Amino acid sequence: MGSMTELYQNVILEHNRSPRNYRSMEDASGQAEGNNPLCGDRITVWLKVEDDVIQDASFQGAGCAISKASASLMTAAVKGKSRAEAERLFDRFHGLVTGKPAEGEPETLGKLAVFSGVSEFPIRVKCATLSWHAMMQAMMDRQADSRAGGR
Amino acid sequence: MSGAGGHGGSGAVLQVEAPRSDLLRHPAVPLPHWRSDFPILSITVRGKPLVYLDNAATSQKPRQVIDAISEFYASGNANIHRGVHYLSEQATVAFEEVREKVARFLGAESAGEIVFTRGTTEAINLVAASWGRSNLRAGDEVLVTGMEHHSNLVPWQLLCEATGAVLRAVPITDAGELDLEALHRHLTPRTRMFAFVHLSNVLGTINPVARLVSEARSVGALTLVDGAQAAPHLPLNVQALGCDFFAFSGHKMFGPTGVGVLYGRRELLEGMPPWQGGGSMIASVGLERSTYALPPARFEAGTPPIAEVIGLGAALDYVEAVGLERIGAWESELLARATEKVAELPGIRIIGTAREKASVLSFAVEGIHPHDVGAVLDDDGVAVRAGHHCAQPLMERFGVPATVRASFAFYNTLDDVDALVTGLVRVRKVFG
Repeated sequence: MGSMTELYQNVILEHNRSPRNYRSMEDASGQAEGNNPLCGDRITVWLKVEDDVIQDASFQGAGCAISKASASLMTAAVKGKSRAEAERLFDRFHGLVTGKPAEGEPETLGKLAVFSGVSEFPIRVKCATLSWHAMMQAMMDRQADSRAGGR
Repeated sequence: MSGAGGHGGSGAVLQVEAPRSDLLRHPAVPLPHWRSDFPILSITVRGKPLVYLDNAATSQKPRQVIDAISEFYASGNANIHRGVHYLSEQATVAFEEVREKVARFLGAESAGEIVFTRGTTEAINLVAASWGRSNLRAGDEVLVTGMEHHSNLVPWQLLCEATGAVLRAVPITDAGELDLEALHRHLTPRTRMFAFVHLSNVLGTINPVARLVSEARSVGALTLVDGAQAAPHLPLNVQALGCDFFAFSGHKMFGPTGVGVLYGRRELLEGMPPWQGGGSMIASVGLERSTYALPPARFEAGTPPIAEVIGLGAALDYVEAVGLERIGAWESELLARATEKVAELPGIRIIGTAREKASVLSFAVEGIHPHDVGAVLDDDGVAVRAGHHCAQPLMERFGVPATVRASFAFYNTLDDVDALVTGLVRVRKVFG
């Protein structure tokens, strides 16, 4: 059985209090909204992708401590990654919070490992992955833009 | 017992209008004796004794209800209205006795006005689909309120989309009461139906049903009352209230899930076309067309939730034995204590401060999301609801994405209230 202290690790509480990259982005190449109708959480994620590398990532919105801290740590984690790397990270993070971590994880996930407690609280998986799904969409938003620009 | 409906009904009228004198002598006595009838209330969750404060979502079930369902399956199970064999006859009688019981519970004129459904949601959908599609035309208006559960909102939206009718909503005040001034502007000669909640599942507001019904009637509109939250807390009499339709669910009043009730005035039900087709709802069937049974059978296609109806009957007996007046008095005590203690905590905003309120305490904790509040309370064994409570327009009205909701039943204790308050203090420590 999961305990609350495993769920709300100090890193999560700290990122909830002072989220990183909590801002809008005017020169974003893509953005997407994440919406959890069950709890009313809404979050917007902005990405600036140049030469297939995520140069900047930010977010804003209202959410619980898990979704806010997850968005904060996500934006920090994907910066400097290629789109393919960011997608792989999404898969690994998703595996972690749904209780199906890849071999060697969570240790290799660095700070993201603090979300391992989420897997014991199935209804919170959506909170933890909200910003990640938005990030994936924001990458597609950028792809659509570049297609539109190249026609 | 049949034929007693009218007597039961007039008895309930007296209860509505004049509190019983023994209550005045003994207001708000705790009801610990009844608590032991609920097996689940003695379990532990996450290693702590369960403090169940999510009664507006669903109530717990007394042993009497659990046993009635179990005994039906063990020794009474058969399909109804079909067999000529002994078990089928017995099951049919037991099933129809519950219909009589519901009629008495609601103060209906006859059991013929009681339709069994899957729940409140299905009851409202039935009216919207059957009455609505055969009566509404483009330009007609359906009126709801700003405090409706999605179940008394979306069926009307679907109806209006299909018919070209217009859906309007009476706004609510900052206290969470209906804006009665605005009601007068919203009720027009074009209003065909006014559908509103009796007791709000988010705000706890008790709406002045009889007054709303009479105002709707003055413009020629019908009324439907969503009684899902009212049924387990308030004495009811549909004839005294004057409404045309009334809907409630079994599971919120100590009965099983999967069964609910639609009350409809006889002449209205008789004028309504079938909703779902199948067995039981027909008079005779030919290959090309059929003729339909009289209400309520017309609206009960297929095998109904028989065991659930039997369980609902046991729940009604149970509620009657405890007494809705006693229930109301004790719950008022719980709500008053909880409101006072929660309001004393720093950073708490109570959502819903109507003068007439029952059983529900919704609040926001400044800077802390309701999900996080709920998770810390859960760790203490305290079960509350955190979310939008299927009332998103209401959340927008109060500018919050969600609230924490503690909702009481008569089996809750003052210790339960204290556990909630202790948990909220801990919430502040964790996230402060």
